[in-house]
Amino acid sequence: MTIASFTQWICFLALSAAVVVGSLGVVLLPNIVYSAFLLGGVFLSVAGLYLMLNASFVAAAQVLVYVGAVNVLILFAIMLVNKKETLAEIPGLPLRRLLSGGVCAGLFLLLLRVDVTTPWAVPGPSPAGDDATIKIGMHLFSDYLLPFELASVLLLMAMIGAIVLARRDVYTVDVITGENADQALIEKIRTPLLVETAPDRNPALESTR
Amino acid sequence: MNLSIPVDVPLQAYLVLAAILFCTGVWGLINSRNAVRVLMSIELMLNAVNINLMAFSSYIDGQLIRGQVFAIFVITVAAAEAAVGLAILLSLYRNRETVDMERFNLLRW
Repeated sequence: MTIASFTQWICFLALSAAVVVGSLGVVLLPNIVYSAFLLGGVFLSVAGLYLMLNASFVAAAQVLVYVGAVNVLILFAIMLVNKKETLAEIPGLPLRRLLSGGVCAGLFLLLLRVDVTTPWAVPGPSPAGDDATIKIGMHLFSDYLLPFELASVLLLMAMIGAIVLARRDVYTVDVITGENADQALIEKIRTPLLVETAPDRNPALESTR
Repeated sequence: MNLSIPVDVPLQAYLVLAAILFCTGVWGLINSRNAVRVLMSIELMLNAVNINLMAFSSYIDGQLIRGQVFAIFVITVAAAEAAVGLAILLSLYRNRETVDMERFNLLRW
């Protein structure tokens, strides 16, 4: 991108600070709704970084797919499973956090070392700039045609799989009318199948099965 | 007033940023007890990989931009993964009434 180095540095530092602080917030904040919104902020900042890297099409795709679809999906999941529950204490949790933090710091140092010591082949050829979108289209319909078509099959499979996994199966039929009973009402009184301390089941519901 | 810095943002700066983001994602993946947060950590890691791909595409492969094509495929797979992951989470929640990762141990010896 043909902007002055000073502006470029300011944009990079601001965006990367947003990315780092936002990702730490996603991981560390106790309230998961705040985490989800911060995740949206991280996605937007990453899209800004893509713009700095001469990739306007992928930046648009990032905003549409990640912020528009994935983040909204995560927010819906939080709404659907948001139940206040007190998590059982685990022995040795601080030690576990410390150990995994050490492992992650070691991984980071390893990546940093590779980053600094490798002789990268820069500067390469000059970036394509605004022609990038045209070139991506050329790639997708010539040498990356098979992965492109496979991606469509993958998305179809994921859609069908998500529907099959998340749908509610109808268990019960109303004895009088013969119609399917209201599933939401049944799930309110039904004991979940795999809860460890299963209390007594509702005998009225059991008899209708 | 001349504030221009002669050096552009180098490739290494983007790689360091991606490494930080990836390690944060790994830590969150290991330590989260809420299953939704685990999925969010996976998204963070995928974004770190995408930043790497885009940086290499812009700095080293400027004319062919194969990195951008790969980033588009990664975004596609991430969307599919998020949909299936959240569907699994929903069905798990319906059966166990919890999102605590420590209690999803049905298949553990």
